Amino acid sequence: MLCQECNKRQATLHFTKIVNGEKTEFHICETCARDKGEMIPGTPNGFSIHNLLSGLLEFDPPSGNPLSQSSQTVRCESCGLTYAQFSKLGRFGCSDCYNFFKERLDPMFRRIHGNTVHSGKIPKRSGGMIQHKREVEELKRELHRRIEEENFEEAASLRDRIRELERKIAAD
Amino acid sequence: MSLRKFMEEALSEWMKGNGPDSDIVISSRIRLARNIRQHPFPMLSTNNQSQEVLDKALTVLEDGQLRNLCEFEALKLSEMSELEKKVLVEKHLISPNLADESRNGAVFLSDNEAVSIMVNEEDHLRIQCLYPGLQIQEAWELASRIDDVFESRLNYAFDEQRGYMTSCPTNVGTGIRASVMLHLPALVLTQQINRILSAITQVGLAVRGIYGEGSEAVGNLFQISNQITLGQSEEEIIDNLHKVVKQIIEHERAARERLMQESKTRIADRVYRSFGILSYAMVIDSKEAAQRLSDVRLGIDLGLIRETSANILNELMVMTQPGFLQQYAGAKLTPDERDIRRAEMIRQRMEPAEAAES
Ligand SMILES: [Zn+2]
Ligand SMILES: [Zn+2]
Repeated sequence: MLCQECNKRQATLHFTKIVNGEKTEFHICETCARDKGEMIPGTPNGFSIHNLLSGLLEFDPPSGNPLSQSSQTVRCESCGLTYAQFSKLGRFGCSDCYNFFKERLDPMFRRIHGNTVHSGKIPKRSGGMIQHKREVEELKRELHRRIEEENFEEAASLRDRIRELERKIAAD
Repeated sequence: MSLRKFMEEALSEWMKGNGPDSDIVISSRIRLARNIRQHPFPMLSTNNQSQEVLDKALTVLEDGQLRNLCEFEALKLSEMSELEKKVLVEKHLISPNLADESRNGAVFLSDNEAVSIMVNEEDHLRIQCLYPGLQIQEAWELASRIDDVFESRLNYAFDEQRGYMTSCPTNVGTGIRASVMLHLPALVLTQQINRILSAITQVGLAVRGIYGEGSEAVGNLFQISNQITLGQSEEEIIDNLHKVVKQIIEHERAARERLMQESKTRIADRVYRSFGILSYAMVIDSKEAAQRLSDVRLGIDLGLIRETSANILNELMVMTQPGFLQQYAGAKLTPDERDIRRAEMIRQRMEPAEAAES
């Protein structure tokens, strides 16, 4: 999607603003957002991430509001950010938000990155098990190839390594 | 203090203008966004919570491992003057966001200023490595080693599916922003730039002009960076950027050759006029200075100007910014006063005697 401001760059910031029940969507690139001081013209008094942020910090916790059952009020139990606030701000409040908003994130990630799953660096310490899991997947693929080649000697040693890794993962 | 000495002390590694392909590539930068588990992101953290994050980052700094890589100095934004912050922003060592909006914001600066680690910016940690010339891979390797040291001591917010979890969804996954700053005067002069830049955005890269207002690139400087951070590995992202940059370099070199073959007199006229203006002007605004500096740098690269060193563009694009001028003057300056100071600084830097010394 192209930026609605410059029509040149890919839009990377996507906002939805609701004024008097009317929904307006914004899709702009980072450059235009920065240049405009995150102000988007065509809305009353402009529209600023910082204005929204200050509003957010004074946000009252929901009481017995019947609307709080609606899907827009899914809330991160760790930091208190609602999904509606997240989609306005374009920012997560904490890493647990990823979990609480899980169901809704795939379409957004696909729109921004064309993808939903990480395939880069894995941290050494906290990602040790993930590293093992990736290795197991890789070894299983190789095992398949060896069996097809009828190279059973190699296949047996691969199977032992897979078992060993799977024991480590199970013990975690 | 003499200008020469002031400039030498103020130079970051990336402004010295060496490195591969430094006739076109000004600098290469890697930025990694990292967060600590069980701490709200800086946007939502209270004063105490952001202080905790800063304390944790400081313990890693005090631990010897990081100092094996570089010698660092920790600077708290709350203890710095407005002018000091401005200078760091102009040198690209901190973001305007960290300077103006952060709570318990800090930066760990390496002694050659090739590494700056921002604490409590949009994410808890932003590890940045900035190298002169085309050295994206080198910058990534250093950033990744620094990242490993922090990770050995802090519990990172990392998820098997989503990767490194960041405050902004545009950074999730690898958390990497790889960018290259390019000087492309011949592509601008031959009016090929828009076609090339729009092609770049088709392959998942973003382009922005540097120092300019809006999308206009003052001084013919462009920054190209990756947009996608999720679903590609760091190596793929860097390789993609590197290949595209290499192609742009070839186009720029071809355009320069063509300019010299087809309109040498016009080009020479342009760069010598700019040389003359920078050597003698008494008042100059930042926009004109940027354009003239770009012309002079092109003249140097084309072999038309020999008495000035090539890093003049890198140095003066930063040092003629408002914060730097005021730091050199040792006083607050009005915009009119800045235009006078700017002209004075450039005139001194243009003197051939100084180039001979260095
Ligand atoms: Zn735009
Ligand atoms: Zn949260």
